Amino acid sequence: MDLRTTYMGLNLKTPLVVSACQPLSDDIGKIRKIEDAGAAAVVLYSLFEEQLRLESQELDHHLAAGTESYAESLSYFPDAESYSLGPDEYLEHIRKAKDAVKIPVIASLNGSTPGGWTDFAKQIEKAGADALELNIYNIPSDINLTGAVVEQTYLDIVKAVKGAVKIPVAVKLSPFFSNMANIAKQIDDAGANALVLFNRFYQPDINLDELEVQPSVLLSTPQALRLPLRWLAILHGKIRADLAGTSGVHTAQDALKLLLAGADCTMMASALLVRGVDHLRTVEQGMREWMETHWYESVEQLQGSMSQMKCPNPSAFERAQYMRAITSFKPAV
Amino acid sequence: MTKREFVTMDGNEAVGHVAYRTNEVIVIYPITPSSPMGEWSDEYASRNIKNIWGTVPSVTEMQSEGGAAGALHGSLQTGSLTTTFTASQGLLLMIPNMYKIAGELTPAVFHVTARSLAMQGLSIFGDHGDVMATRQTGFAMLCSNSVQEAMDFALISQAATLESRIPFMHFFDGFRTSHEVVKVEMLTEDDLRAMVDDSLIVAHRARALSPDRPVLRGTAQNPDVYFQGRETVNPFYAACPAIVQKAMDKFAKIVGRQYHLFDYYGAPDAERVIVLMGSGCEAVEETVDYLNAKGAKVGVIKVRLYRPWDVASFLKAIPATTKALAILDRTKEPGAGGDPLYLDCIQALFEAGRQIGKVVGGRYGLSSKEFTPGMIKAIYDNLAAAKPKNHFTIGINDDVSHSSLEFDAEFSTESDKVVRALFYGLGADGTVGANKNSIKIIGEETDNFAQGYFVYDSKKSGSMTVSHLRFGPQAIRSTYLISKANFVACHQPIFLERYDMLKDLTSGGTFLLNTPFGAAEVWSHLPRPMQQQIIDKKLKFYVIDAVKVARESGMGGRINTVMQVCFFAISGVLPKDEAINAIKYSIKKTYGKKGDEIVQMNLKAVDNTLANMYPVTVPSKVDSTMEFLPPVPVVAPEFVRNVLGEIIAGRGDLLPVSKMPCDGTFPTATARWEKRNIALDIPVWDPAVCIQCGKCAMVCPHATIRAKVYEPVALTTAPTTFKSTDSRDRDFKATGFKFTIQVAAEDCTGCGLCVEVCPAKNKTEVKLKAINMAPQAPLRDAERTNWDFFLNLPELDRRKIKVGSIPQQQLMEPLFEFSGACAGCGETPYIKLVTQLFGDRMLVANATGCSSIYGGNLPTTPYTKNRDGRGPAWANSLFEDNAEFGLGYRLSVDKQTEFSRELVQRLAPQIGDDLVTAILNADQKDEAGIYDQRERVVALKEKIKGLNTPDAHQLQTLADMLVKKSVWIFGGDGWAYDIGYGGLDHVLASGRNVNVLVLDTEVYSNTGGQMSKSTPRGAVAKFAAGGKPAGKKDLGLIAMTYGNIYVGSVAMGARDEHTLRTFLEAESYDGPSLIIAYSHCIAHGINMTTAMQDQKAIVNSGQWLLYRFDPRRTAAQQNPLQLDSRKPTQSVESFMMMENRFKMLTKSKPEQAKLLFKMAQEDADARFRFYEYMASRKFAPEAPAVSATSTTTTAA
Repeated sequence: MDLRTTYMGLNLKTPLVVSACQPLSDDIGKIRKIEDAGAAAVVLYSLFEEQLRLESQELDHHLAAGTESYAESLSYFPDAESYSLGPDEYLEHIRKAKDAVKIPVIASLNGSTPGGWTDFAKQIEKAGADALELNIYNIPSDINLTGAVVEQTYLDIVKAVKGAVKIPVAVKLSPFFSNMANIAKQIDDAGANALVLFNRFYQPDINLDELEVQPSVLLSTPQALRLPLRWLAILHGKIRADLAGTSGVHTAQDALKLLLAGADCTMMASALLVRGVDHLRTVEQGMREWMETHWYESVEQLQGSMSQMKCPNPSAFERAQYMRAITSFKPAV
Repeated sequence: MTKREFVTMDGNEAVGHVAYRTNEVIVIYPITPSSPMGEWSDEYASRNIKNIWGTVPSVTEMQSEGGAAGALHGSLQTGSLTTTFTASQGLLLMIPNMYKIAGELTPAVFHVTARSLAMQGLSIFGDHGDVMATRQTGFAMLCSNSVQEAMDFALISQAATLESRIPFMHFFDGFRTSHEVVKVEMLTEDDLRAMVDDSLIVAHRARALSPDRPVLRGTAQNPDVYFQGRETVNPFYAACPAIVQKAMDKFAKIVGRQYHLFDYYGAPDAERVIVLMGSGCEAVEETVDYLNAKGAKVGVIKVRLYRPWDVASFLKAIPATTKALAILDRTKEPGAGGDPLYLDCIQALFEAGRQIGKVVGGRYGLSSKEFTPGMIKAIYDNLAAAKPKNHFTIGINDDVSHSSLEFDAEFSTESDKVVRALFYGLGADGTVGANKNSIKIIGEETDNFAQGYFVYDSKKSGSMTVSHLRFGPQAIRSTYLISKANFVACHQPIFLERYDMLKDLTSGGTFLLNTPFGAAEVWSHLPRPMQQQIIDKKLKFYVIDAVKVARESGMGGRINTVMQVCFFAISGVLPKDEAINAIKYSIKKTYGKKGDEIVQMNLKAVDNTLANMYPVTVPSKVDSTMEFLPPVPVVAPEFVRNVLGEIIAGRGDLLPVSKMPCDGTFPTATARWEKRNIALDIPVWDPAVCIQCGKCAMVCPHATIRAKVYEPVALTTAPTTFKSTDSRDRDFKATGFKFTIQVAAEDCTGCGLCVEVCPAKNKTEVKLKAINMAPQAPLRDAERTNWDFFLNLPELDRRKIKVGSIPQQQLMEPLFEFSGACAGCGETPYIKLVTQLFGDRMLVANATGCSSIYGGNLPTTPYTKNRDGRGPAWANSLFEDNAEFGLGYRLSVDKQTEFSRELVQRLAPQIGDDLVTAILNADQKDEAGIYDQRERVVALKEKIKGLNTPDAHQLQTLADMLVKKSVWIFGGDGWAYDIGYGGLDHVLASGRNVNVLVLDTEVYSNTGGQMSKSTPRGAVAKFAAGGKPAGKKDLGLIAMTYGNIYVGSVAMGARDEHTLRTFLEAESYDGPSLIIAYSHCIAHGINMTTAMQDQKAIVNSGQWLLYRFDPRRTAAQQNPLQLDSRKPTQSVESFMMMENRFKMLTKSKPEQAKLLFKMAQEDADARFRFYEYMASRKFAPEAPAVSATSTTTTAA
């Protein structure tokens, strides 16, 4: 049974990759466990654009607050020789991760505006990351901002980062575009080596006791799989970039479905948070069993075999299928 | 030999550089202005910097200066090269050990920033009161006059002590030298090595205690030999001056600067000579040059080695032509025949039979009082008089004893070649930091010399800073403030209406103003006197909207870089492009380690500045009618207007002696007159949303937001914008009472804590609360009227208030208001609460620290009085003795109460039995009881008024003691956990009814954030640069072991009702009470506006426990300990990461942070389990004790 695949030119022993998630990859010991459990690669937790911009400001603010105001207390903290800020820590983390494991280590940069932070990609490359996942996300709330401008921002960021590094760059996207296929193509044209479909976002909630808006992230459920599944199937074979499927991958069956739809690899986080990283073994074993039962010899065989281009009913991935779902719904009496 | 660099630094850094590298053990304790020397040492050690023998010195903070001296003594006795740094009261605490160290001929150097002693008032500033108080200890005393000399003498004294075996005190003037930033030539490690003779270190070690060659020291000696023993040291003292001179000569050979025990400077044929020591010598030297250039024959003798007093060297230094000598002391020895240096000089002249026509003594410069060329000239002029005034003072107007010399304040020796710049800034805007940076740029990047001296405010919030900068081609000796500036910058437009900033600007000078108004419109926004001066002095005038430029560059309110660029662009100190490049280079160097973002922001600000600075075309006519605001309202009491107001206006130097209280007694209720108007935004009340919970008033650190209920009729004359609503409280609703929340707009600091804690949200727009911040300026006039009206509303009868309920309790009038504490201070809400509850009957003993500074730093005090004239009586004794000081109150009050009760009994026939019985049996447990007793005392006084007996007279003066008095002892954790702990322990053990409030910020806040034993594990603090490795001391637990002490641990931001209950219980307990109050602090590196969330988090994490230990419960067979904290709901680390004091360790030492944070969690877990166990124990009555006798019998 050959589970090998390639992703952005990286050779993966299976299509099972751990996606960017702070609690899964913020410690070298945990990354070792991920490798031991059979992950083919790990995407490190994200370094946020805000961290790059604000951490330096925050430190300066707190070290300066209240200083040089009163003769007895001209400062409140000792002046350290140097500070290891978030970006420095992250680079160190990449270095240590690379030393600790043999599987590919993919760094993750999370941001939404073009600017100096993209230069940081260079430092990530220098630190030894095998690839970089760009997690571009913003909520455009300006009612005068057109979709075209928003999309152009994405493209500018991708181009800036691609121009800065030689390592492969994946772009993790949200599904919220007027034409997902078109933006995918544009990002592909901008030079992205892979698209990761899709990001999971913080969503606002309202706390009724405190009357406060509280954003939080919800762990994915298997139902979430349907969205990437659709777009993987639609995009497979139509763009040059590799495709990674993520959101709702909880079982071997989920992973297999995304591969059939067209993913080069699948990424997991929520299921591992709930069940522990050893769950990777179960998923891999499940894949093997299914493939064996169904006479598949390799992952390569099944990848994209049910994409829109290759499935018997291409329109099933489009709007009509949704309409049928509604019309087939029978309200309970 | 390594090349010496020229570097800009202050005196403390200069001395720290040498002391650290020439010692092995350093024991420290924070005290202004010497603390930075210890801080440098700790930082060097945390960076593993080695001394000249290649090892990292051991740096240890002690619990007090007394402790530091003891540890130092022990370290010396066991052979290590050991040093310490101190000042003022700290030096006094070292005196006992100084005798010992000197008596045992032990080489060591104490580096002392000479500072005033606390007498009629405390002062952190410089004079020789402290060092002169130790001149009898046997220490050699070497005085340096400048930053360069401080570095040089640190080394010379180190070399001399080793050879002479006499311990040295190397001292220099506090602030003027310790904090003046100038360009100095750095001594290299080669210089240090060359000066310190290793064979003398071997000899020192050979004398050390060692079990391998045991000896005995510290014997008790008797009348037969003690005297002779004292005389054995004479040869050492006799040899010492020559040894010091030898070290000075050696230093000159190595470094090139030649010093002598007494350095004469001036005309070789001088007729009039001044003798003095310290930084004043520099100003005298400058004046000597000026006067001699004009044909005078004057000179100055700089005393370097004051002890041992070398008569021969002194006499040799006096020019033979001298006809008149003025000997100046920077200290006062009341009652003496003269001040110390004067007497020593007189003795020298007398014993040598040296005849000088006129010899006088004078006093100058106490508490860093200015010592200017005008004053120095006056002293020389005095010497020229036929009968010069002796025992004179200079620099003040002594209209009581008429000791002072008059002087010409306009006399100036300033050179045209020196650029002199004054910068008026706010503490928060980074002005001082930018100026220090400018000095560095000019001092280190050019051949120019540079000097910076910084004058700070007496307040910690909204404080004004004035930077005095000089730049010039020659070494700058002007050790006095700038009064002839050629550049003045006003960094905050709010100063325009208050301060005459142009008075010190010379004709043709440049004025730079940060203002939102453009060049075309700014003129009409200037006060009349300012316009007049700009025209009369033909000033060049520039404006910039620095706030806008800073904001657009991403720098928020930090306008430092913007204003710095303006200064360089228009002052002409450096060519503009060269200056801009230097600033940019400096930004990268200064901010680089804090991340690229901050560097980029500053660079952007540099680029944005020049395009936004405009010259103003000055009109030819004055058209403003705006005058400077009076410092206090005209309706203020006379003393406030004439004395405190002058201090507020910055004219305190001009107050004559007669205006000052002779015994340090000042009126309370004075902060209310200051009206500082420092808030940009203030809270605005929305009655429709308010639920009248009182939380806003409770947390307000400055008592600027208050609640009242009152009868509707009181509103008849209300101003139109005065807001009120119906009281929601059921006790007042029925009678139709009205309710108002009012803000003191002119006193508010704008901290925003009140808005943050307000739980009421607007139903239709949830972002709004019952109070919301709004710009102050448009509201100021209306709210001033509203505030005055509010104050005049009647106070609610205290007997009707349910004090246990916050909404009602907060209706009580605070008797602590408008302090100068940091905006959002975590300590002051507790103090305010105490004054609301007990202020009309309380005495406060306040340990030195933040609470004594915002409580009693001139010009005003926040402690105030109610309409009956009652309020807290407050005093500060010292740092270390506060518990004992407060116990003294109690002993005195109790004695007077006891005596007055005896007198009442003695006078019973005249007073009448009913009143006597009622007075003696009065129940004063609550407000009603106290009210009734006060009424009885009034009746009593009336009854005995006509009695002309000694007892009746005594009782008239003591009768008020029949009303319960509440004794409070306030202090911070530095006092309670460290320096005052021994006394606190004793006072708590005394069983007397005192209430101790520990304002626990977990760090020495007032002196700038040094570690105390209260500092939690993992916190970064000064003296704990690598994170505090040890856990926090559990002061409450220690106190509980006595069993009869009420102990409460509170955090207002976590549970305010728990805080209130604890305070009430503690005060009501007829015995010692200890309240440990968690106080967030600016030294935590937190957002002060949301600081109450930090308080919640520290409690929710279990890092801080809420509990009460009430001995009264024991009698009721209940467990005295009640753990009021619930099980932790968040990790300690999640709390720690909210505060920079912990978080920065993850940035500076990530591995250490991981380890310490883990241990901190274990600490919290273990402590919670322990308290949970203790509080859950069944408290059954004790089994009958087995008597000692029977035990003995059994054992026998």
